Amino acid sequence: MNAPVTTIRTEAEQGLVDAFTAAAPSLPGGVAVTAARAAAFEAFSRTGLPHRRTEAWRYTDLRRFMRDAKPLAPFPNLDLAATAATAGFIAADLDFRRLVVVDGIFMPSLSDLSGLEEGLTIRSFGAVLGEDAPLLPDVLRDALPEYDPAMALNAALARDGVWISLAPGVAIERPLHLVFVSTGESPTSVFSRSRVTLGAGARLSLLETHEAADGVAHQVNAALGLLVGDAAELTHVKVTAEGDAVLHVGSLIASVGARAKISTCGFALRGAVVRNQMFVRLAGADTQAEISGVSLLGGRQHVDQSLLLSHAAPGGTSRETFKAVVDGTAHAAFQGKIAVEQAAQQTDARMMARALLLSEEAEAYCKPELEIFADDVQCGHGATVGTLDDQLKFYLMARGIPAKEAETLLIQAFVGEVLDGIAHEGLREALTAATVNWLEARA
Amino acid sequence: MTALLEIRDLKAEVAGRQILNGLDLTVNKGEIHAIMGPNGAGKSTLSYVLSGKPGYTITGGEVYLNGEDLFAMEADERAAKGLFLAFQYPLEIPGVATLTFLRSALNAQRRKRGEEELSSPDLLKRVRELAKQLGIDPDMLRRPLNVGFSGGEKKRNETLQMALLEPKLCVLDETDSGLDIDALKVVANGVNQLRAPERGMIVITHYQRLLDYIVPDVVHVLAAGRIVETGGKELALELEARGYAQYQSEAA
Ligand SMILES: Nc1ncnc2c1ncn2[C@@H]1O[C@H](COP(=O)(O)OP(=O)(O)O)[C@@H](O)[C@H]1O
Ligand SMILES: [Mg+2]
Repeated sequence: MNAPVTTIRTEAEQGLVDAFTAAAPSLPGGVAVTAARAAAFEAFSRTGLPHRRTEAWRYTDLRRFMRDAKPLAPFPNLDLAATAATAGFIAADLDFRRLVVVDGIFMPSLSDLSGLEEGLTIRSFGAVLGEDAPLLPDVLRDALPEYDPAMALNAALARDGVWISLAPGVAIERPLHLVFVSTGESPTSVFSRSRVTLGAGARLSLLETHEAADGVAHQVNAALGLLVGDAAELTHVKVTAEGDAVLHVGSLIASVGARAKISTCGFALRGAVVRNQMFVRLAGADTQAEISGVSLLGGRQHVDQSLLLSHAAPGGTSRETFKAVVDGTAHAAFQGKIAVEQAAQQTDARMMARALLLSEEAEAYCKPELEIFADDVQCGHGATVGTLDDQLKFYLMARGIPAKEAETLLIQAFVGEVLDGIAHEGLREALTAATVNWLEARA
Repeated sequence: MTALLEIRDLKAEVAGRQILNGLDLTVNKGEIHAIMGPNGAGKSTLSYVLSGKPGYTITGGEVYLNGEDLFAMEADERAAKGLFLAFQYPLEIPGVATLTFLRSALNAQRRKRGEEELSSPDLLKRVRELAKQLGIDPDMLRRPLNVGFSGGEKKRNETLQMALLEPKLCVLDETDSGLDIDALKVVANGVNQLRAPERGMIVITHYQRLLDYIVPDVVHVLAAGRIVETGGKELALELEARGYAQYQSEAA
């Protein structure tokens, strides 16, 4: 192993080393988990934070965005429960089962655990780790295709999150809502790890939201593992809506079984710096995947939605659609790679990334990539960065629609291509309403 | 009496090229004017300049709609004041449902005029009626505006918009192009139903055929960016017989 060695640490990197050293003895997990944590941190300390020359992170230079590492969040203050009670605004009108995670700790007392459907298990991730079962180190590593510094930090430092498992053949009608809130008036580092396992043929709908107040520069590192069994169906939407000073690094690691269906959408609405990375592995044959993202950003926001999709078995179909609407001096990025392994014959994969720039200073970077080792496949990708179509805007205005409203209609239509694919009607309407609000709030 | 539309010595450029070269035209309420002329004469340019399309520079002259300075208004204000252009090539707008578009347009105009908005059920009822008259499949209303519509469907859709918005001045740019004779009759019938003492129309066409169905009061010939001849409806038949060669040489 010749991993590059960073001899000089940045202030943030040193802060993370100190935090790990101090926290390690109190992190949940027995011998095996503790060893896995140490190994993960060791790997991180060799590479340090990702920066411009880290290929998978080329548009999100964490070394620059993280001047320092905030202290690890203390155990949540129960007085702040009120904050958590109002969180998850996107689903305010929807009867989802709320599972609340405050400052990285799963809070059963704030969650709705009544009348759990048969076959559905909901636990604290930390409690599961504490049992130190032999497979847990693998759980912590998850099925990552390659080393990732944010995931390594998460494996080393995550204390808790939600552990959900669904027995084979069970279909849950009422969607689950993972409500993540970061609290407190001074900035903290918040690590959380959650895991959702669907047995063969099981069916579940999952919403994940992340919120925090404006003005507090929390550093959030949230990871979610999804294990989708054969012929199971999972729909997942993640909404990042944290305050205007928050740095959010989110990772989704999904492994999808044969004939299973997965649909996941990252909806980035707020937050100073957001990196939403998805690692999806279509492990079984004949899977169907819909992977999408919507980023609405303005001001000085930086939002990076990135995807590494591995087609690892034959007959998989996937559609990847990423849309960014960029206003102000904001920067949007999309880095997407579809890797088709040799075994994955008859793969049908199509990836499209489009960005719409609403201001002169807005910027968007798109980097779609295909890496194909099978010969009988249909793969395509495309990327566009453009501005609103003046001709279409004129057509609307010529019918009496004012300029601003015409733009709103066109932008809604642009984003609608993704949102229309959200299966849950109430959630689709809620995300559409959030988009309209965002558009109306544009100066 | 104020004319519905008064164009005086209009000059306009696109992409640095002068296309309209001192055009005069007056349309009164209740009148239907046909504008005929060779391809490239500036007919569409005139319609775009009137409706406020970006990219055109007015280099001279003035235009009044009901006595108000047209060029002082944005495109949407012109529409709210009653100007409607039926496009020669209606655009496709993916992601915007036809009905949403119709509702936004009608209610934006009503708001601007200080009128009450039409409720969704009332709007739907009205749009359904019009769709039926124009032989438009009601399913089309839920589809994205003009996306995947045939040429004929797009023109019917333009006519539906016109009927719904009840403009004061309708400008129809080659509404007949791309239509078979049956579709042409349906569209012409829709247009004729809009004939009213308060309403004026400018029917732009290259061929006389449309004017068998939408009978004009006045016929103009537009060539090289100006009105070069004006007559009664029989002028259309004459033009059909002798063609535009005479005007093209004039322009050259
Ligand atoms: N956007 C444009 N850029 C350059 N030339 C244009 C543009 N639009 C129209 N023209 C030119 O202006 C002239 C008049 O065009 P148009 O108004 O479309 O004619 P008509 O509708 O009478 O056929 C043509 O010579 C055409 O090539
Ligand atoms: Mg034309």
